[in-house]
Amino acid sequence: MSKQRKAVALISGGLDSMLAAKTVMEQGVHVEGINFFTGFCVEGHTHAIREKDKAKPKRNNSLWVAEQLGIKLHIVDVIEEYKNVLINPKHGYGSHMNPCLDCKIFMVNKAKQWIVENDFDFIITGEVIGQRPMSQSKSKMPIVAKQSGADDLLLRPLCAKNLPLTLPELEGWVDREKLHDITGRSRKPQMAMAEQFGFDDYAQPAGGCCFLTDKYYSAKLVDLWKSQGSKDYELDDVMLLKVGRHIRPQANFKLIVAREEGEGRFLHGYKKDFISMNCSSHPGPLVLLDGSPSAEDLYLAARITARYSQGRDAEQVDIIVANPDGSERTLQVKPLKKEEMLKEWHI
Amino acid sequence: MHKETLNARRLLCPLPVIRTQDKVKQLKAGDQLEVICTDPGVMQDIPAWCRINGHKVLETTSRNHEYIIILEVGA
Ligand code: SF4
Repeated sequence: MSKQRKAVALISGGLDSMLAAKTVMEQGVHVEGINFFTGFCVEGHTHAIREKDKAKPKRNNSLWVAEQLGIKLHIVDVIEEYKNVLINPKHGYGSHMNPCLDCKIFMVNKAKQWIVENDFDFIITGEVIGQRPMSQSKSKMPIVAKQSGADDLLLRPLCAKNLPLTLPELEGWVDREKLHDITGRSRKPQMAMAEQFGFDDYAQPAGGCCFLTDKYYSAKLVDLWKSQGSKDYELDDVMLLKVGRHIRPQANFKLIVAREEGEGRFLHGYKKDFISMNCSSHPGPLVLLDGSPSAEDLYLAARITARYSQGRDAEQVDIIVANPDGSERTLQVKPLKKEEMLKEWHI
Repeated sequence: MHKETLNARRLLCPLPVIRTQDKVKQLKAGDQLEVICTDPGVMQDIPAWCRINGHKVLETTSRNHEYIIILEVGA
């Protein structure tokens, strides 16, 4: 009896990678999933933070996909290594701060290392030619295979028939005839396949699998780098960019204003790391101050904090200013008027 | 039977799942792991991860905005 071959499938939580894995499983290959956590993934996070999203409990789509397929899922923390991908992408950024091509090369390279360490035979991705203009054009497919070092061990079952033969096909580990030739942005072939396999309730992320494709998130990241004078970040920075309203009245500091209770609770966890403000005379949100505000800046920040409280129309409100060491004082301020809140302050 | 505790407070999903996964790798079948978290998402994600990977959830509790899951490592 011939040896059962083993493949690792990159599972993003979306439909394509699910179908790619299933296509290969149908051919008798043992498949396990791998998912890379970069810190920017859409899964979890803000959904877990914001109250309004709690009505529908948020599942982790990668885990859900693995469970539907009946395969193991290995989630790998690549937060540190991913920094170099995002900070210095060889192939540049997409429409926002998404370094998709470098990101794919990086992930396939990690998967290649994983198959070597775990004695697996090849790698599967759910890529489809022409689906995304930057990273999934036909000309980019060989770049990912080559620069990741995966070469012909990288199989894309959804569009394999339109690509050169890979080792799993050449060796007969999979039958090329049973692979697919999907191209373009239409989702119809995938939806038909999903129906055929009996998959429903799958996730359909609108903007891609990570926050870096989001215009507003990208603007906040660029602002962070500009304000600190270097392209660097820690996981906490990345998390905080996902939460609250970010207002930068001056280059040396910004305010992070909780938009609702869940965010307030989350920001509360950072009170030991930042100066924080909240209104004591009226209900209002918790605000963190990031940067190095002067005494004068604190006064402006307090007036902005007051603007977001229910005392915004009062003559004077009390704002508690808490230092990271826990010491506190109260400032009496006049809330900033609507017209004094400059549009360009909003990041 | 060996029992360990993992502090996953303040981590947001999927980090508590990743930390659980990495800890379980160091344990033996039959060992127990108690994971203490503050992200309510773990109540879905850690049991799902256990089902996929053949581990057993023995208990889930929540108190004072903390979520505690006790699992038994599978073979
Ligand atoms: S959308 Fe994000 S995770 Fe997906 S390939 Fe692009 S950079 Fe990578």
